[in-house]
Amino acid sequence: MLDIVIIGAGVSGCAIARELSRYRAKVLVLERDEDVCCGTSKANSAIVHAGYDAAHGSLMAKLNVEGSRMMPALAKELDFSYEQNGSLVVMLDEADRPTLDALYQNGVANGVEGLRIVERDELLGMEPNISDEAIAALYAPTGAIVCPFGLTYAMAENAAKNGVEFRFDTEVTGISPIEGGWRLETSAGSLDTRVVINAAGLFADKLHNMVSDDVMTIIPRRGDYFLLDHSAAGHVHSTIFQLPGRYGKGVLIAPTVHGNILVGPTAIDMEDKESTATTQAGLDEVRTKSSLAVKNLPLRQTITSFAGLRAHEVRHEFFIGEVKPGFVDCAGIESPGLSSAPAVGKMVAGIVQGILGLAENPAFDPVRKGILDPKALDAEAHAALIRQNPAYGTVICRCETITEGEIIDAIRRTPGARSVDGVKRRTRAGMGRCQGGFCSPRVMEILARELGIDQSSVTKSGEGAGLIVGVNKDSI
Amino acid sequence: MKEYDLVIIGGGPAGLAAAAAAHESGLRDILILERDNELGGILNQCIHNGFGLHTFKEELTGPEYAGRYIEKVQELDIPYKLNTMVLDLAADKTVTAMNRQDGLFQLHPKAVILAMGCRERPRGALNIPGYRPAGIFTAGTAQRLVNMEGYLPGRKVVILGSGDIGLIMARRMTLEGAKVQVVAELMPYSGGLKRNIVQCLDDYGIPLKLSHTVIDIQGKKRVEGITLAEVDGKGKPIPGTEEQYECDTLLLSCGLIPENELSRAAGVELSPVTSGPLVNESLETSIPGVFAAGNVLHVHDLVDYVSEEAGAAGRHAAEYIAAGCTEAEYRTLPVKCENGVRYTVPAAIRPDAAGDTITLRFRVGNVYKNKKIAVYAGDACIFSRKRPVLAPGEMETIQLKTGLLRDCPEAAGITVTLEEA
Repeated sequence: MLDIVIIGAGVSGCAIARELSRYRAKVLVLERDEDVCCGTSKANSAIVHAGYDAAHGSLMAKLNVEGSRMMPALAKELDFSYEQNGSLVVMLDEADRPTLDALYQNGVANGVEGLRIVERDELLGMEPNISDEAIAALYAPTGAIVCPFGLTYAMAENAAKNGVEFRFDTEVTGISPIEGGWRLETSAGSLDTRVVINAAGLFADKLHNMVSDDVMTIIPRRGDYFLLDHSAAGHVHSTIFQLPGRYGKGVLIAPTVHGNILVGPTAIDMEDKESTATTQAGLDEVRTKSSLAVKNLPLRQTITSFAGLRAHEVRHEFFIGEVKPGFVDCAGIESPGLSSAPAVGKMVAGIVQGILGLAENPAFDPVRKGILDPKALDAEAHAALIRQNPAYGTVICRCETITEGEIIDAIRRTPGARSVDGVKRRTRAGMGRCQGGFCSPRVMEILARELGIDQSSVTKSGEGAGLIVGVNKDSI
Repeated sequence: MKEYDLVIIGGGPAGLAAAAAAHESGLRDILILERDNELGGILNQCIHNGFGLHTFKEELTGPEYAGRYIEKVQELDIPYKLNTMVLDLAADKTVTAMNRQDGLFQLHPKAVILAMGCRERPRGALNIPGYRPAGIFTAGTAQRLVNMEGYLPGRKVVILGSGDIGLIMARRMTLEGAKVQVVAELMPYSGGLKRNIVQCLDDYGIPLKLSHTVIDIQGKKRVEGITLAEVDGKGKPIPGTEEQYECDTLLLSCGLIPENELSRAAGVELSPVTSGPLVNESLETSIPGVFAAGNVLHVHDLVDYVSEEAGAAGRHAAEYIAAGCTEAEYRTLPVKCENGVRYTVPAAIRPDAAGDTITLRFRVGNVYKNKKIAVYAGDACIFSRKRPVLAPGEMETIQLKTGLLRDCPEAAGITVTLEEA
């Protein structure tokens, strides 16, 4: 019997896995998709909220502020991209002043450090492209940007290094109580475990409702985004929000840790939990709203548009706790879920520790090194690296200057990349302005070689997402 | 690292022709840097024929055409480095590059020829709504998979965009056993050559739907279908015109973008119309000693013209080096475009620096019938030619007599325009 099964390898599941790897326990992470970071965690605003937004007194507020505080040290320990660029909630109408003040007060009550309201002159100095209509803004110096893939992979890899096992392409189809734990029916057979952690994101309600009569409803709330090319970098420095409306946080304009600009999201409630299709209306909405707080945004430099789904629980709160003996929910994790992840991990691990009374893992190593970025080296070290490993001298992705060395590293890690998208999220190969036009056939080649499979079986994103359907003239 | 007088960035058709011409002009110290694992550039995957009609007076395939220039470069013993990525070009022409053998290295040439070619506009830049499954390829990516690796990327295909690669791939996919259902083009005219529409679509019964675009992509893992709609004069989909196509593949051939990230980093002035460098009659950019030719300068439809243009760039680079890398101050005439002429290459002409004739290439912004191409130096008409049809997909090439320009010492500029025939 396993000690702990975590269902879901998103940012929450991986944070929990990493925290639990501090203890001596048999921990397994089950993921229905082919890789870590395939659901909500892969398509979001890539920001760490300072924590002024969530209602004071809520679990969301507590974990957001705590997560935001943990993030800088974690970024160093686990080597992922994180930058405290500050955030601004921009007020465009004097009539909204009470809302702005209330937001400030809420932030102060939540314990967010350094909050202050900046008036137009100072705002203009901070953000020269701010709208002519902007009157004032709530400035949060601890607001930050993060690579959501980087954060999730970092925690997953560190968990794996410390003994956690990951199993992909495995969907949980049933849960039943057994003596001293739970039996999980999965698409790949059944498993027995003492504790189950439900970190299934959009599907957390389905799992919760299998064991509890206290019905949970998670609505997939779609957000459409535009990603702009590096050439748009510098248009904004902070993360720019408008004062929140009825749905979420409106449209934000934020730099990314990789020097792009991200614009979005919409907030459209869906029925299908896999409905990540953008729509013309959604993209138009982002386009229109983006011009409110920031002027002259170069949307023509869009390199891609995409949609993500937030796991919105109808009561808009995080649900973390043991709902049945040995069954722990980590549900309703929508924004600020990414920001809260480190704190969520800690909290859930604490609950599990309370149930199982685990001993510490003496071999726990908190440090993880990310994929080596040769561009970050000085010329001498860079040259030495290529001498030592010539794969770092072959550029595969021209747009982002990603070498074969980095791609091989991404594939050989645990859990490693197994698809073109897996390579892309780990290394940025294919994430540039040509969107993989030149490099995807070469990435396929490297994947095939490293995984020991035929190039024609390499997929974009796992089973069913094949890129090659046959060979020339095979049907003639 | 050995230094070179001339470094050519790119070993495709432009880089090869430039190298050969520079050598033939007497320059010996030349190096070609190529990022791929062989010379020839995108021609290596263009296995259809129709190349070289102008240059060699025969019909060659892409690899055959490239082969002629590769052999020439090898016969002339011009050195080249493969799998070598240029990471930076500085304003002082310092080239930073890397590869497996040499690692990270710098070169300090006297002159540089930009010959990096172009890339395809991806789905993201087109803002097509819908899912993002496997099965969406640019036509060029599909061409590489099919022609160089023998893999079929799909069986039921819709093509968006009627650029030449898309048209060529409509035929290729058909020949390899796929069913190409339709080619949709947003504009009311094709972006490709007339001969390609006839030979690649008409001959195979593939419909071309002008003023149509893809408004939705279905399929979560792999493409399952797309929705096509007719667009109005502003390119907006017209409600009620939606048509559903079941397919596993969407190929995109929606425009090519000159790859000028290095040029931009060096501070080379770029044209907002072509996205390529602004050059004078010697194909020299705003940085003296930095020349440009081929698709990095402006997107061509025939490789023969790439070779011709690159040859000129190679000769001019050799002359620049032979002259001690200094240039006299010449009278410069900017070239203005009017009445549907979108841009010209060159964008400025120095009559006293030019040879007897000046090649001027340009594209028009719409389909025009029964027009006359006219060129003025100041008010004086120095060139006029009737053209029954002009189209955006076909590049125009004209030769100006430099003597006529020199005869207009008062002219402050040159105007290229379309007039009623």
